[in-house]
Amino acid sequence: MDTEFVLPSLGADMEGATLTQWLKQPGDRVRRGEPLATVETTKGLIDIESYDDGQMLEHLVPPGTHVPVGRPLARLDVDPGAHAAPAPPGAPGIAPGALPPAPAASAPVAPAPGEGRSSRTRMSPAARRRAHELGVPLESLEHAAAGGIVHIAEVEKLAARAPAGDARTAMRATIGATMARSKREIPHYYLGHRVDFTPAREWVSRYNAERTVKDQLLEGVLIVKAVALAAARLEGFNGTFQDGQFHPSAAVHLGTAIAIRGGGLVAPALLDAHQKDLPTLMREFSALVARVRAGHLRSGEFSAATLTLTSLGTEGVDILYPIINPPQVAIVGAGEVRDHPWVENGQLTVRAVLTLTLAADHRVTDGRSGARFLRAVADLLAHPQSL
Amino acid sequence: MPNVPPEPERTIAYRDAVREALRCALKADPRVFLMGEDVGRYGGSYAVSKGLLEEFGPERIRDTPLSESAFVGAGIGAALGGMRPIVEIMTVNFSLLALDQIVNNAATLSHMSGGQLNVPLVIRLATGAGRQLAAQHSHSLEGWYAHIPGLRIAVPATLEDARFMLEAALACPDPVLLFEHLYLYNLEGALAPGVRQVDLDHAAVRRPGRDVTLITYGWSLYKCLEAAETLAGDGIEAEVIDLRTLRPLDEATFIASVRRTRRAVVVDEGWRSGSLSAEIISRISEQAFYDLDAPPARVCTAEVPVPYAKHLEEAALPSAARIVTAVRALLARGGSG
Repeated sequence: MDTEFVLPSLGADMEGATLTQWLKQPGDRVRRGEPLATVETTKGLIDIESYDDGQMLEHLVPPGTHVPVGRPLARLDVDPGAHAAPAPPGAPGIAPGALPPAPAASAPVAPAPGEGRSSRTRMSPAARRRAHELGVPLESLEHAAAGGIVHIAEVEKLAARAPAGDARTAMRATIGATMARSKREIPHYYLGHRVDFTPAREWVSRYNAERTVKDQLLEGVLIVKAVALAAARLEGFNGTFQDGQFHPSAAVHLGTAIAIRGGGLVAPALLDAHQKDLPTLMREFSALVARVRAGHLRSGEFSAATLTLTSLGTEGVDILYPIINPPQVAIVGAGEVRDHPWVENGQLTVRAVLTLTLAADHRVTDGRSGARFLRAVADLLAHPQSL
Repeated sequence: MPNVPPEPERTIAYRDAVREALRCALKADPRVFLMGEDVGRYGGSYAVSKGLLEEFGPERIRDTPLSESAFVGAGIGAALGGMRPIVEIMTVNFSLLALDQIVNNAATLSHMSGGQLNVPLVIRLATGAGRQLAAQHSHSLEGWYAHIPGLRIAVPATLEDARFMLEAALACPDPVLLFEHLYLYNLEGALAPGVRQVDLDHAAVRRPGRDVTLITYGWSLYKCLEAAETLAGDGIEAEVIDLRTLRPLDEATFIASVRRTRRAVVVDEGWRSGSLSAEIISRISEQAFYDLDAPPARVCTAEVPVPYAKHLEEAALPSAARIVTAVRALLARGGSG
């Protein structure tokens, strides 16, 4: 079935993006969830994924084009049934994926023969340094290379095209606009709760003691899981507020705020965080951080978050008061886990204490349910083995 | 120098500038003398020392037997004995017969004696091709000598350097080899009136530019300047650096230039394999790697013994056209600036 693949909206404030690279060429097989193209938004480079299985028929937009949300980017031949692709007419018995790519059709992005073995962009050292100075992501220069070499001139041309000076400035402007809108439109209420994190800390330390470094957990992953579980159980915190009403989400796609090297912030989602075990979450979180640092997120995880967790634990502050990332309706803040005096059963002891905060949308919930939510997170963290 | 009235600008040939330098040195210091093959009665193979025998006599303008090893060795001995000898070797090709004296003795004695024995010897050598003198008289081996610690290697390319480098060389306590390109002896032009002395330490920017740095010395300087003129017609501004001294290399000057222009072409009449041009590019790679917007390039002599036939000799040597082509290739993809 011949369908159009349109530029999806990757955020409430996204109006368009620049197509930087096609990742699938006409004739290529495409699987659901596989990246088709890379686009550059104000939040960085994002791989946009296919919604269907099928075959890439035609590119409608060449790299370098700025495209508004909703504009068709390509034509796809979407398989009628799930994974039951009949051979296309004219090529009996040959699976489409086995067809060699048509060189003429993909000429604009195809590297010159013999030069294209490495997927690495060939740049002059000066161009590489200039790109770093200007905050131009190296990936965005791939098409500028067009199989050749990127020099300073191409970097500066690309940087000059960026809407607000360099990429960092653009990202700062986007964060500013989004947060201003959130503060303006969303009636926030704030709650804070001190949680005895000692059981969780001890459990992680026992868990890690039996494992090699690559299989060890970060304490933060327990908070991720606890927040995701609480959000799945209690209504009103997981979902979006759009068109004047709350749309709850069954799945918890937990956005995790990750600082970008050199400035800026994104909050891509750990998909279905409530259903994944801790080792899986740990693996996915590490991969997510790596992709953020490389400036290469996938569209699914970029726009899908239904709730956000933000942590400044490593920055040494106890409490943070976060702003909701619209159209979400809540955000959880986690401070540093620190030893504090703690009274239990009339006894003064020292416990590892985590201060959780919740900023939530008063159009959806009120303080009472917010308090229940934070208590639920605290209870979950008190029994780490059940996470 | 406020007490000296400014000299008027005057036109002079390179050959005459060298002779004037010799005459001044002979007049200024009784320890100075010139020796070599045919420097006296014949007036020098390239007529550089014409008339000096008559003026200074056979004690100070000495014709030697055809034995480079012997008369270079004698020069070293004289230098050790307190004299300031200027030894002329007819071409750098013949200096190979005196390699042992130059490399094993002249270059080493100061170090081996813990600084007690200096060898203030100046050796003048004709170098280079372009006059159909064939493979045994046309090579550019100055890059070889630039390999040797203990020697100072200088290459006068301009009239001012031809006129004043000798004085700087004689003032140096260590052996100095002055390479005079044989094609330049006929070069004529105005001697800059303000120049009274030059150093043996610094390269000179002979033409400023922003798009590419041409690093060269000797006769190739003029090819680079011609190429720069052609390129300027296309809006490409080439900076031309005359190295002047090949050992020690004034890397600060060419590295700073390459950092600005981000592109370098080394033009050397020597061959490229294991060469001075390779050394220069190594230093650029080591010190200016992150400033480069294109791989450094070279225009050198074809890797053959320099041919006799005129068209083949021309084809083998660096030319302004080849330099222009090399620069355009560097700039073709990156654009200028």
